[in-house]
Amino acid sequence: MTMENAPAAKPIAPPRPKGRLRQALDSDIFYSYRRSPVTIVASIVAVSLILMAILAPWIAPHDPFNPASLNLMDGFTPPMSQSAFGDNWFLMGADNQGRDVFSTIMYGSRVSLFVGAMATLFAITLGVTLGLTAGYNGGTVDAIIMRIADIQLSFPGILIALLIFGIARGVIPANQQESMAIWVLIVAIGLSNWAQFARTVRGATMVERQKDYVSAARIIGVHPVLILIRHILPNVLGPVLVIGTIGLALAIIEEATLSFLGVGVPPTQPSLGTLIRIGQQYLFSGEWWILFFPAVTLVLLALSVNLLGDWLRDALNPKLR
Amino acid sequence: MSEPLLDVRHLSRRFDVSPPWLNRKLERTGKVYVNAVKDVSFSVKRGETFALVGESGSGKTTIARLIVGLLEPTEGEIVFDGQSLSRGLQGREARRLRRRFQMIFQDPLASLNPRWRVTDIIAEPLRAFERGMNDRARRLRVGELLTLVGLSPEDGVKFPHQFSGGQRQRIAIARALAAKPEFIVCDEPTSALDVSVQAQILNLMKDLQDEFGLTYVFISHNLQVVRHMANEIGVLYLGRLAEVGESEALFEHPRHPYTRMLLDAVPDIDMTGRRRKKVEGEIPSPLRPPPGCPFNPRCPFANDRCRIEVPGLTPVGLQAAACHAVEEGRI
Amino acid sequence: MTEPLLSVRNLAVEFPTRHGILTAVQDISFDIMPGEVLGMVGESGAGKSMTGAAIIGLIEPPGRIARGEIWLRDQRIDNLPPEKMRKIRGRHIGMIFQDPLTSLNPLYRISDQLIETIRTHLPVSRDEARKRAVKLLDDVGIPDASRRIDDYPHQFSGGMRQRVVIALALCAGPELVIADEPTTALDVSVQAQIIEVMKELCAEHGAAIMLVTHDMGVIAEAADRVAVMYAGRLAEIGPVRDVIKDARHPYSQGLMGAIPRLGESLERLVHIPGSMPRLNAVPPGCPFNPRCPKVFDKCRTHRPATSEIEPGRRAACWLYPGVTEA
Repeated sequence: MTMENAPAAKPIAPPRPKGRLRQALDSDIFYSYRRSPVTIVASIVAVSLILMAILAPWIAPHDPFNPASLNLMDGFTPPMSQSAFGDNWFLMGADNQGRDVFSTIMYGSRVSLFVGAMATLFAITLGVTLGLTAGYNGGTVDAIIMRIADIQLSFPGILIALLIFGIARGVIPANQQESMAIWVLIVAIGLSNWAQFARTVRGATMVERQKDYVSAARIIGVHPVLILIRHILPNVLGPVLVIGTIGLALAIIEEATLSFLGVGVPPTQPSLGTLIRIGQQYLFSGEWWILFFPAVTLVLLALSVNLLGDWLRDALNPKLR
Repeated sequence: MSEPLLDVRHLSRRFDVSPPWLNRKLERTGKVYVNAVKDVSFSVKRGETFALVGESGSGKTTIARLIVGLLEPTEGEIVFDGQSLSRGLQGREARRLRRRFQMIFQDPLASLNPRWRVTDIIAEPLRAFERGMNDRARRLRVGELLTLVGLSPEDGVKFPHQFSGGQRQRIAIARALAAKPEFIVCDEPTSALDVSVQAQILNLMKDLQDEFGLTYVFISHNLQVVRHMANEIGVLYLGRLAEVGESEALFEHPRHPYTRMLLDAVPDIDMTGRRRKKVEGEIPSPLRPPPGCPFNPRCPFANDRCRIEVPGLTPVGLQAAACHAVEEGRI
Repeated sequence: MTEPLLSVRNLAVEFPTRHGILTAVQDISFDIMPGEVLGMVGESGAGKSMTGAAIIGLIEPPGRIARGEIWLRDQRIDNLPPEKMRKIRGRHIGMIFQDPLTSLNPLYRISDQLIETIRTHLPVSRDEARKRAVKLLDDVGIPDASRRIDDYPHQFSGGMRQRVVIALALCAGPELVIADEPTTALDVSVQAQIIEVMKELCAEHGAAIMLVTHDMGVIAEAADRVAVMYAGRLAEIGPVRDVIKDARHPYSQGLMGAIPRLGESLERLVHIPGSMPRLNAVPPGCPFNPRCPKVFDKCRTHRPATSEIEPGRRAACWLYPGVTEA
């Protein structure tokens, strides 16, 4: 039969890839997204909450941290009513200091989301690095990393975070504690969450490392670190994305818990957890809105992010497709 | 006759398959080893194809991985063009040597990174060995390689899963050829493919060999395929060479009883009426190889000596066989 | 002329996907006579396994039989409820798969699985069933069957396990055995043993075999007739010797030429250029036309039906008179 392997007269280079957006819109993931009403609603809720948080300084009706705009006499104004002393209008009422609850929620979600996202990012970076190292090297390195992860996983995350928080209190000088508080919180939550990422990535790495595309790279002498980053990492990121999303929801709740316990962010930068703590003091005296609205926001945020994580897990799992 | 390009001398590889330390202590058992490859020697001439044939557990894939440096030998030496590779391919010499050999794997889907575009996959050896090459030159070279293996340069933007099995193996071949190697280890390159595609790939590999003067070590369990590809053949059984020799001679006059059995087991496609001989027994587990000649439990010619003493390769006619019965002239 | 044991009429299997409906099997008709071995060859994705799965009612959803009928003697079985189909599987149709571990439950002893299967389908006592099972294991060549019957699947080697699967497929005395790549996972030297055991035993029990494989060698050895599938369609069907020695459809001709033989060496193999189209891109006209060396205009526009070209032989190719349009 014909020689179909004759080289072409003039060499042609392969074109560069084009149309990322069109590709994404045509992908199976987008298809499964369009087919799931729950996911669409969850993503709309999550995106609006996140936008609200990010844009808070520009769109919030009040600046709850500007003492000049506050009037203590507005304290405990119920929802959907006008200020008795000015033209302020309180959609979700005002708290004990006369701050607009709606605005504090927007600013509070901002802190909550920032801490949650940074903590999750920190946990992912640490967990993925350790997981890749353990899975690729095996042997003693693997044993040490994974035993630490095992120990870590046998404690509740909140306990570890509290412990780290306590240590940080002792180490950081008192005059810097206020400004460092958020970063301590991020490290504390991050350190209590890395182990599940490490475990997942280690398992996936051990599978990928056996595959021949890794052998092919080893034969041409690619450095192990480059093999891990370029070859193995992209192939183990799927599950990380899924636990990362669910982990974000968990980190937000964990931050709220810590702040509720009073060890989280300082009162000058209230997060949703701080708002809930403040609110619960007034629950029994009838000012329910100070607790109710921040709590609902926290639930909506955690729930919608969690639902997105669930959908992502199903969409990325070829067996369920 | 040309000089040998690859010389494998008394190659052995042992794997530790012991249970974990704690289990060993609790069960009071020692370490357990498998001799995947035991004392294998052969040489491959420049521009020719040497085939290693064997069934499961024969150690053929282990030998392939030893040659390209994915594994290190327990004993023995691999000499490539006069230079020993036994120091595990390290240092400055390594890169110069590495670019001269390549490997093609059995399952093309697993040997191509699913998250990489074909262009990047094929360009990877170029990035490693042609550091001075700019992006444009590299992409031109990739286009040239894709054309060479019968694909089109436009295929470079696609991902591996968008191709059929045969096309994926073509991509793997293009990657192997990218840095212009002289020597390619092919580990069952067609056994995951359909027959008509297998023929395409085998023809392509032969054309490329003629065009670039490539030397192949070709690993397969399929005797018909090997017959088409090889100048010389080594037959492996449980990690040892049973017989080695020139292809023609080995097919005409197989000496070792295992080689004969393999030839008899080839299905009669042309329906000449020859019946496949019923072969007795199965390959023993490499964990517990029989004492003496590894083939003795299935061999119709085995005697007491075969059950005790391991036979060495001895020349018979144009080939060499590791068999007491052949050596003694009993068969 | 005896009645066919199995009769497949205009079978089509479809998979609805988001990009439209994929037709995995299109308009296939064939018969299997009692005691006959019908080989089914084709490349992966040609629809050969799907045809087998359709017959035993095990197409994975969302796949479905879209058109056509399947008759087992005088009972139509393609539209039976799952409960009734389960009774037919095992009792009337036995199954042998490529990987013995998919048919054997690793948690149960061989004896339990055999006895349970026998007693599900036949009215016999436990003791009788066990006797029957030991006899079967002995027949498939398991040494020391009366003792080994109480072993677990993992205690057998690959070849021995496949023998157990053959015993399991035959234990309720089916009239038809569907064997899907029964030797593909085995070593060359063991393949011959398994083919022989399967053929002998089915002949002894009077069971017909539908042998699905990509290995022409296995077909040449075991089959009476062979059906060649391409892109979900039947390209050619006829007595195995005729098809091998004198294939009619250009695809089967190419397929036969592509098989490397022991007699010739170091020559270029005949190969068919290109590859089988994906199911979502089957060309109009004859599905083989873009790769066919004998293609002419009609092939590109009109689809040939698998029609009789001489007594006992059917092919779907416009080269032969009497071929009708599908």
